[in-house]
Amino acid sequence: MPIIKEYISPSDRSAKDRRRHRQKVREAIKENIADIIADEAIIGKSGDKIIRVPIRGLKEYRFVYGTNESGSGQGQGGSQPGDVIGGEQQGQKGKDRAGNKPGQDIYETEITLEELIGILFEDLMLPDMEKKKLRYIISEYKQKIKGRRKKGIRPRLDKRKTSEMRIRRKKAVERTGELEDNEDFPFHQDDLRYRHVTITPKKESSAVVICIMDTSGSMDTMKKYLARSFYFLLYQFVRTKYQSVDLIFVAHDTEAKEVNEDEFFHKGESGGTYISSGYQKALEIIEERYNPALWNIYAFHCSDGENWDSDNEKAVKLAKSLCDVSNLFGYGEIKPDGRSAWGSIAEVFEQNIEADNFTVVKIRNKKDVYPMFKRLLQKEKIKEQKDE
Amino acid sequence: MSDSLDWTVKDLEKWADKIEKKAKEFGLDFFEQIFEICSHKDMIGYEAYHGMPSYYPHWSFGKAFERTETLYKYRVFGLAYEMVINSKPCLAYLMKDNTLPMQLLTVAHVYGHNDFFKNNATFSHTRPELTLEQFKTRADRIRFYIEDPSIGPEKVENLLDAARALYLQRSRYLRIKQSSSEYDLLLFIRDHSSLLEDWEKDVLTIVDEEAKYFLPQLETKLMNEGWAVYWHYKILGTLDLSDGVHQGFITEHNRVVARPEKGVLINPYYVGFKIWQDIEKRWGIDRVFFSREIDRDVSFLRQYLTRELMEEMDIYQHEEERGKRIITKISDEENWKEVKEILIRDVGVNGIPIIKIVDANFMGQGILVLEHEHDGRDLFQEYTFKTLEHIQKLWRKPVHLTTIENGEFVIYKCRHNKVKRVVPQGSGQSDLMFD
Repeated sequence: MPIIKEYISPSDRSAKDRRRHRQKVREAIKENIADIIADEAIIGKSGDKIIRVPIRGLKEYRFVYGTNESGSGQGQGGSQPGDVIGGEQQGQKGKDRAGNKPGQDIYETEITLEELIGILFEDLMLPDMEKKKLRYIISEYKQKIKGRRKKGIRPRLDKRKTSEMRIRRKKAVERTGELEDNEDFPFHQDDLRYRHVTITPKKESSAVVICIMDTSGSMDTMKKYLARSFYFLLYQFVRTKYQSVDLIFVAHDTEAKEVNEDEFFHKGESGGTYISSGYQKALEIIEERYNPALWNIYAFHCSDGENWDSDNEKAVKLAKSLCDVSNLFGYGEIKPDGRSAWGSIAEVFEQNIEADNFTVVKIRNKKDVYPMFKRLLQKEKIKEQKDE
Repeated sequence: MSDSLDWTVKDLEKWADKIEKKAKEFGLDFFEQIFEICSHKDMIGYEAYHGMPSYYPHWSFGKAFERTETLYKYRVFGLAYEMVINSKPCLAYLMKDNTLPMQLLTVAHVYGHNDFFKNNATFSHTRPELTLEQFKTRADRIRFYIEDPSIGPEKVENLLDAARALYLQRSRYLRIKQSSSEYDLLLFIRDHSSLLEDWEKDVLTIVDEEAKYFLPQLETKLMNEGWAVYWHYKILGTLDLSDGVHQGFITEHNRVVARPEKGVLINPYYVGFKIWQDIEKRWGIDRVFFSREIDRDVSFLRQYLTRELMEEMDIYQHEEERGKRIITKISDEENWKEVKEILIRDVGVNGIPIIKIVDANFMGQGILVLEHEHDGRDLFQEYTFKTLEHIQKLWRKPVHLTTIENGEFVIYKCRHNKVKRVVPQGSGQSDLMFD
């Protein structure tokens, strides 16, 4: 005689393991931020735009055969040699737990850009927006109706309220019996009501992120790819703090140009490098369009550091000027080949620039991106605390 | 009986009793059967933990849960109708949301599995009477290490990650004549690594015992699933079902044995079911019971999968050509034997590469040398890299692995958690030295 029991689950049994898994996925996301944001032009997109970014599930590694081997399969009848079949298909049963093929172990889930940013910044301990001293710009005067007054200008006459006042007065007179039927009852000066308008200045905080990149011949796709994730993080970070954020791209080799995002990452330049040209251009743009008194300026420059020596002095000088006008100015040196001889402009900067809102970060591979970004932000925090 | 598809626990008890009696009449021989009725959420949980009421904590179960839940939510998969575990008494779960026909199919199906666990030789060493208790004590041991302040969750997790990567690298039935320790990676490392602490050795033992328990299910998946389908079909055919219930049962049954869309998979429920029916037709019921006792998937397919069946079931071989999967051979007169070999090569444990321990003290430097026994299929590189890192974490000293990739002899060398892939020029052996 079989036994049948109704099972009452005591608790959410897998909750802890799920939490740990999610935590690991988040760690993996941070480590692979360069991969995740590699292909799409998402740097300038806002977080509330729903862009889905595939996130790979954590793999459970073991020895498995490759996916391009021959194998057996089954159709619904009449299959012929030469027929093209679908790739890794999901069977109608979810019971294959063995996971012999890597394809079964990988699953992708999608998150929105906003969620991604949430994950990325969750441990950055963002200082509370309210407490921060931001540079506000009075962008417009907002009008708000606050009550009624007896005096005012004609266009603000509240006709409805005025009529109401007249009726009230009429009723009062009627009660005294002094009013005869059909007698005219005109408006009186006392009936008039005007809308009272208060004017409040609206504060707005705006920032501009200036991405400067060395696009000389030596900056290959891999280096740009690492740079890109850095700009992405910076832009998204700044976006969490200001109401509006402008994004400027400056590409330079020996000369600098303002370009759009696509050109910035995809157009290769050639020839040598004058880093100063990029800084010069950035300063010009700031002077023309982004008055430092009104704008919070974040500038970041990526290069592989192979500057022409003759340009170093000028580069240092202009970098200092950029520090003066910016909230934060960072220089990222990207050397994916791992050559540890940093005999480059990074050291020149470190030795000669003392501004405390300036940072040099060195990036060798994609794993460096996130920790280095965190380091960059520490400088900014310090500056804010001083401001207060 | 009413024609309603709804049911109460009382109904189910009545039906289960009938089904059990029928199963006995047919000659099935099973452990005492317990059914637990649970919600779909609990079912997803049981699936994640292989049906075990207790299991040690590990993130991969959380991943399995979320994966199943997501797929279920988007209706990519239906949930398994049932889960049965190899235990005595036999424990099975039924989902509350299922209709009566689905429950009846499931109950009969479960008796098939129960009988198979009890009688198939592959399971003879699994000690089903101890299953629940053993999983519980293993879970308790791991929790104890997690709570031990001198060990803690991180170390335990890292060790489990590594051990679980090697979990299926163990001797299999087919090579029983060979000294088995050459293939039992976890046990070998446990017994020969002088650097492991006692608790670490215990964790390796736990993971190995777990694999020993589950491996028979992997070796008999096709037979076992086919067996359960074969019996639910037979048993329900003899029950006095109302039209509505019968109709519902047939619909569900057809769904279980549906052939997949032309792709890279086979449906083990379908293939197993067809072969069992064919054995009965051609050899009689005694042969059916005989095979369920002594065979496992490989021998089962070798003996009983005929050309006619293969053709009927539309089994083929596919290969990669210019980035596409193309059917290269079908089960016709000329190629069926070859296609059959490919199917056998893919089935169950045969889908797991065989790794042999060659040397544990290579060059007198304590280097562990492993050899992938290449059978025409290359290893998947990314996974090889990461798995070697796991092995090295356990072995602590360098680990080498030899294999063949694209016809070339290749050595993977792992030291200090870094893996290098080397293609030696000239004769291989001298290149085994770490450079």
